[in-house]
Amino acid sequence: MQAIVKKLFSLILTVLVISFLTFIIFSIIPGNAALAKLGVDASPEQIAAMEEKLQLNDPVIIRYGRWLFGALRGDFGESLQYSGVTVGELLGSRLPVTMVLAGISFLLIVLLSVPVALFCVKFRDRLPDRILTVLGQVMMAVPAFFLGILITYIFGLLLRAFRPGAYEGLSLRYLFFPALSIAIPKIAMTVRFLKSSVRGELSQDYVRTARAHGASEDQVLKNHVLRNALIPVITFLALVIGEILAGSIVAEQVFSVPGLGRLLITSISARDYPVVQAIVMYITTVVVSLDFLVDLLYRLVDPRLRRGG
Amino acid sequence: MKKSWTFARIREFLRLNPKILIGLILVSFFAVMSLIGQFWTPYIVTRMDASSVSEAPSLLHWMGTDNFGRDVLSRVMNGSGITILVALITVLIGGIIGTMIGALTGYFGGIVDEIIMRLNDILLSFPSVLLALLLISFLGPGTINVVLALGILFIPSFARMVRSEVIRYRDRDFVRNARLQGIRPLRIILIHILPNARISILTAAAIGFNNAVLAEASMSYLGLGVQPPTPSLGRMLFEAQSFLLNCPWYAIFPGITIILMILGAALLSEGFKEVSGA
Repeated sequence: MQAIVKKLFSLILTVLVISFLTFIIFSIIPGNAALAKLGVDASPEQIAAMEEKLQLNDPVIIRYGRWLFGALRGDFGESLQYSGVTVGELLGSRLPVTMVLAGISFLLIVLLSVPVALFCVKFRDRLPDRILTVLGQVMMAVPAFFLGILITYIFGLLLRAFRPGAYEGLSLRYLFFPALSIAIPKIAMTVRFLKSSVRGELSQDYVRTARAHGASEDQVLKNHVLRNALIPVITFLALVIGEILAGSIVAEQVFSVPGLGRLLITSISARDYPVVQAIVMYITTVVVSLDFLVDLLYRLVDPRLRRGG
Repeated sequence: MKKSWTFARIREFLRLNPKILIGLILVSFFAVMSLIGQFWTPYIVTRMDASSVSEAPSLLHWMGTDNFGRDVLSRVMNGSGITILVALITVLIGGIIGTMIGALTGYFGGIVDEIIMRLNDILLSFPSVLLALLLISFLGPGTINVVLALGILFIPSFARMVRSEVIRYRDRDFVRNARLQGIRPLRIILIHILPNARISILTAAAIGFNNAVLAEASMSYLGLGVQPPTPSLGRMLFEAQSFLLNCPWYAIFPGITIILMILGAALLSEGFKEVSGA
């Protein structure tokens, strides 16, 4: 219990430190919010007036405090590139798309990796395993955006399974293809990780015992080995979720899906820092909370850790 | 274990590990190709030719031509040079600074070590593309900024790896001996400890090279890295996407080039790891 509280404390600290660092850095770089809002043609007086209005002349610490209190109440300020739109509204409209996209990718990864890994272990060091290993090796070397382009070409232009660039609504059918491009390299990584985990378990004593009791190879794999082998995979999958979020930044760009990632890219180009800051905070929180959840899950799955505290 | 690196040993090394052999072939092929591409290409890299727009691969244009009639092979040869250069410099920056930080914190330990490693853990748990994007949003787009951003990004992973190696050797007898002889810490780290970590550093460098190639290509694809008209593999893929139906080869060849480069470095790093018995 004490360990959990400690972990929770360090979680909050991490989020705070990162929010402070990004805030400081954004306030150091040249070109402030007033300039971004008014454009380069604005006169010095206009800029001064806008700076006054946005309270940009206050010390950084005070501005950070103001931002933090706003953020805690869910108020991240106003976007600079779309005037009159709050960052909250902007994020709210883009978030569901990215969530669905990430969800489909995650499902694809989990649903495909386990059977493929088990298949490889069953045929270990024989032809099917060798072929899949080489294929996995190649897949890990494919940049996500190139995979996206290939999928666009094959499924979009040749097979006409979807119309590239014509995304509307929350279309699952359309989102399946960007999700596939995010998932494929991750599947290769997960299969490889799972395979080595299963192989490690196969040399354990309990496997020999199960075999001695007359369990078939399939039974040993499914009933005994898989459960134990999945434990380290939990951590791995948490890392993968972070990678999916990063992958969706690129995939949304390739498939022109209006999600969080695309918003991040356009906001970086437009120097719309309130939006960038909010997205950074969002992703930080997700990554750090996942780390925390994994820790909890570990304690649930592995009783040895609970006693050790 | 302490044999010197003679040719016979290198030959034996390669025969033992096919991954290193294939990796070396791939990496040196692209290194030579991109080096030639800086001085000579079959066609002028930026020259447009209205009479040969979007041509399929042929004997004249091995990889076809793009929507402006530019020769794709020439652009790939020239553009991969920038990709490799960016990757090498970032690995150098990250490797040198990371090794220094890791060696010093690992050797001396203490509160500084604790703080830096906590910071490292936080940084490492973030997806690297996201961090690169953030750094570039601070620094602004452009080739040099991408190099800086990626270089900074690679510091933590090198630091952590070197730190664990230094800690492994810190209390060995030969290091204690050196310390008792009054040799200064810096010399102990550089001459007595780090040479033992060379295989690990080499492996990390190969992995870093990979990530750098991927990251550079992604940044250029997103329009934040190498700026046109300089050809870069990522940028070419971005341009090719609009003309996918008419000239798919403009996307396919740069893409395959990236894949093979990364595959080569990945095989090298895995081979190193296997040889070192880790």
